[in-house]
Amino acid sequence: MTQVAANPKKTKTKNIPMTGDQAVAYAMKQIEPDVVAAYPITPQTEIVMNFSDYVANGVVKTEMIPVESEHSAMSACVGAAAAGVRTMTATSANGLALMWEIVYIAASTRLPIVMPVVNRALSGPINIHCDHSDTMGTRDSGWIQIYSENAQEAYENTILAVRIAEHKDILLPVMVCQDGFITSHGVEGLELLDEKKVKEFIGEYKPNYSLLDVDKPVTYGPLDLQDYYFEHKRQQSEAMKNALHRIPEVLKEFNKTFGRDYDFIETYKLEDADIAIIALSSTAGTVKFVVDELRQKGLKVGLLKPKIFRPFPKEKIINALKNVKAVAVLDRSESFSAEGGPLYTEIKAALYDSDINPRASNYIYGLGGRDIFPEDIKKVFEDLKNLVAAKKVTSPKVNYIGSRE
Amino acid sequence: MIEKKKSWKEIPIGGMITEAGNASKYMTGGWRIFRPEKNKIKCINCLFCWIYCPDSSIIVKDEKMVGFDYEHCKGCGICAKVCPVKCIDMKREEK
Repeated sequence: MTQVAANPKKTKTKNIPMTGDQAVAYAMKQIEPDVVAAYPITPQTEIVMNFSDYVANGVVKTEMIPVESEHSAMSACVGAAAAGVRTMTATSANGLALMWEIVYIAASTRLPIVMPVVNRALSGPINIHCDHSDTMGTRDSGWIQIYSENAQEAYENTILAVRIAEHKDILLPVMVCQDGFITSHGVEGLELLDEKKVKEFIGEYKPNYSLLDVDKPVTYGPLDLQDYYFEHKRQQSEAMKNALHRIPEVLKEFNKTFGRDYDFIETYKLEDADIAIIALSSTAGTVKFVVDELRQKGLKVGLLKPKIFRPFPKEKIINALKNVKAVAVLDRSESFSAEGGPLYTEIKAALYDSDINPRASNYIYGLGGRDIFPEDIKKVFEDLKNLVAAKKVTSPKVNYIGSRE
Repeated sequence: MIEKKKSWKEIPIGGMITEAGNASKYMTGGWRIFRPEKNKIKCINCLFCWIYCPDSSIIVKDEKMVGFDYEHCKGCGICAKVCPVKCIDMKREEK
């Protein structure tokens, strides 16, 4: 597989079979960051492994820093980004957890690091399979988060992320998430983008400041106490708000260059739907399959897939749900608030700020890689149908798909 | 000594400091409880105080110790302690 990935000659006319991890490694090859500091962890390992091949074979000129832990990986990335170079890493689950301290520092120091994250259940008990508990834990760390439905999206989102992170009005690090094993190890036919066009799209990275610029010396990371810390946090809030306005510009250019139709959210047969499911990443693909099936039976069902979760595209989501009578939010992680998963509480908060009031319920599913089947999704749509018909809601707000009672 | 604090719009992002050597603008003299003062004993200009002062607050001109930089001296008393002739006294700040 690596051989195929390393040989882009045949890529112009036909699809190339690749896993999600290989696709992201290929995106990194095309981006050719100046520095990559990473530590392997299942199921992200293949990203680092394949990218190391590109480095070892001289395909890219990237400075690869093999570190002894994820804490060091993100620390090295912070140092490299502060030095003013394009910097990337990749991780999963416990690796992300070990980075935690520096994950916050990367965001608050406003370093445009791009990090593919292959979603995996966060221990314990220890588990290597997919859920979103790792990145959902970092949703308030100040990173932009993009969730990818399949390998194609993971590949393209990685390229997109570079431009978003480095935008002068944003300057925030970006996580590009894909589902562990389901996407990262599943083989898909990938449509690869022209490398010249990719390089033109991302352009040359010109940092405002560099630690190595002795003519314009700067200090990164000084002590920041009661008198200015708050102002720096305020700048971070404003940068995230800016991202809501600036990301569409980047998306527009991406769509124009590569013939795509990306937005903050993706909707599927939602315009005239009475009931809808909201889901992130690969599950959205399964929901589309079920939507098609139920539409054939005449049921008005649809899907809303938030693609960018941070910043949270509230207005787009409210607008997309304006005709929906009931909505089910699928969460592949628990937040242990006793009020449902993180996506659900976020959607509910958005609805409070709107003029619409669809009935909403939450379904926690797929923790630790538990499979979700079309039948499960059909059951959710069935519940929604009953929810619309019922005068009084008796079903629980938070449900658990596939957990044995 | 108190400068007007800037808004979030006026400062570099990420807590970055874009001016070299600006630590001298931070007036640490306000922290002082005891202030160093020369007494009547004759200073021998050995410059031990200048060497040991952690805040570079001993003013030296023409190789002679001529006084203290009270805008930055935090009053730690090291100068008084190391002076071999004991010509520096630490006096409590009045207000």
